[in-house]
Amino acid sequence: MSVYLLCAILFSIGLYCILRKRNVIKIIVGIIIAEYAVNLFFILAAYRMEGRAPIYAPDQQVENMVDALPQALVLTAIVIGLATTALLAAIAMRIYEKYGTFDITKIRELRG
Amino acid sequence: MIELHILLIFMIIGAIIAIEVKDLLSSVIAVSAVGLALSITFLILKAPDVAITQLVVEILILIILIQATLKRDLPFSTTGRWFLNTLIALAFIATFLSISYICFKDLPKFGYPILKVGSAYLREGLMKSGATNLVASVILDYRAFDTLGEATILFTAVIGVLSVVRRIGRKKVEEKIEEET
Amino acid sequence: MSREHEKGMSLIVKTVTRLTVGLILLYGIYIVSHGHLTPGGGFAGGVIIALSFVHLMLAYGKEMALKRMPRAVASFCEGMGALLFLSIALLGFTGGYFFLNFISKGEPFRLFSAGIIPLCNIAISLKVGAGLFAIFVALTLLKVLSEEE
Repeated sequence: MSVYLLCAILFSIGLYCILRKRNVIKIIVGIIIAEYAVNLFFILAAYRMEGRAPIYAPDQQVENMVDALPQALVLTAIVIGLATTALLAAIAMRIYEKYGTFDITKIRELRG
Repeated sequence: MIELHILLIFMIIGAIIAIEVKDLLSSVIAVSAVGLALSITFLILKAPDVAITQLVVEILILIILIQATLKRDLPFSTTGRWFLNTLIALAFIATFLSISYICFKDLPKFGYPILKVGSAYLREGLMKSGATNLVASVILDYRAFDTLGEATILFTAVIGVLSVVRRIGRKKVEEKIEEET
Repeated sequence: MSREHEKGMSLIVKTVTRLTVGLILLYGIYIVSHGHLTPGGGFAGGVIIALSFVHLMLAYGKEMALKRMPRAVASFCEGMGALLFLSIALLGFTGGYFFLNFISKGEPFRLFSAGIIPLCNIAISLKVGAGLFAIFVALTLLKVLSEEE
C-alpha cells in the first residue's frame, strides 16, 4: 500500500511539472516522469511475494511465477513512450527555430 | 521489501531535482538517472524483459533530448500571478492524491494478486505456444493484435517526425531541399 | 575507416567505436533471435541494433554513418519489416484464423521452436531498428542545417 502511494507521488510530481513550468523542455521532462510512474504502477500490481520471473529454466525449483500479462502491456507502452517523446522533441526543435525561444508565454506574443 | 522503498524514494528525489534545476542539460541528465533507477526496480520486481527494454529506450531518449537542448539554453524569470497559480496547482494535486489514497484501499494487498486472466497464461503457456519465455508468448501469440497496433504507432511516429523536419519553401537552402526530399 | 580529425569526435572515441560497434550489433541480433527463450524479444533487440548505428553516427559524423546505412536502405528495411509482420499474420488464415500459430511447436528450449514467434521477432526488430535510426537521422540533419544558417 505504501509503495502504491509513493508511485502516485511520483506521478503527481510529473503532473505538477506539466502544469506549472514555462519551458517546453521542462514540460517534456514532466511527461516522461509521469509515463515512468504509470509503467511502474502496472508492474507493482503484478508482483507476487516469493515469485520468480515468468521464464522457464531447465533446472527450476521455485514454481509460482509473477503475473505475465501486465509485463507484456508495459513492454508495448515503453516503446510507445519513446515514439511520443521523439515526436515532441522534433516539434520543440522546430519551435525554437521559428521563435528563437523555448518560453511558452512568448510564443503567443510573437506572431508571423 | 526495504530496497523497493529506497529506490522509490531515490526516484522521487531525482524527479524533484529534475524539475527544479534551472539548467536544461542537468534536468535531462536527472531524468535519465530516474530511468536507470526504474530499470533496477523492474529487476527487483522480477520483470527482466521490461528492465532490458526500459534501459535501452532510456538511453535513446537521453541522446535525443541532448540533441534538442544542446546550445539552446535560455534563462528567464517568473512573472505574473505566480503565487495564485501555484496554489491552484497544488490544491488540484492534493485532491488527486487523496482520492487515489481512497481508491488504493480497494486494490488487493501488495504481493498477493488475484490473477484471474493471468493464471491461464501461466498454466498452459508453454504447452500451447511452445515458447519458454511466457511474456514473448503473450505479446506475439495470445495478444498479437496489440503488437500490430504498436507497430502502426511507431510507423506513424516516424512519418510524423520526418514531416515536421522537412523544410519546403525556404529560398536560401534550395540545394539542400533537393538533397533531402 | 579514415582518420578525419575535423568532424566527429576525438581519436580515442573513434578507436573505441571501431572496436565495439560490431559487438553491439551482434548482441542486438542475439537478443532478437533468442527472444522466445530468454528475456528480450523484438523491441529491445531492435532498439539495440538502432543504437549501434547511432553510435557510429555520433563518433564519426554524419557522412560516414550514412555510407554504412544509407537512407534508402533504412526506409526499405522499415517498410519490409512491417510487411513481413502482416504477411505472417495473414498466413495464419491457412490454418484457421488471423494470427494463428501455424508452424509446428517443436520442443521447448531449442532455438527452432515456438512456431511463428521467432519470425515475428525478426520482423519487429527490423521495423523498430530502422524506424528509430530514421528518426535520429532526421533530428540530426535538422540540428546541422539550423546551425549553418
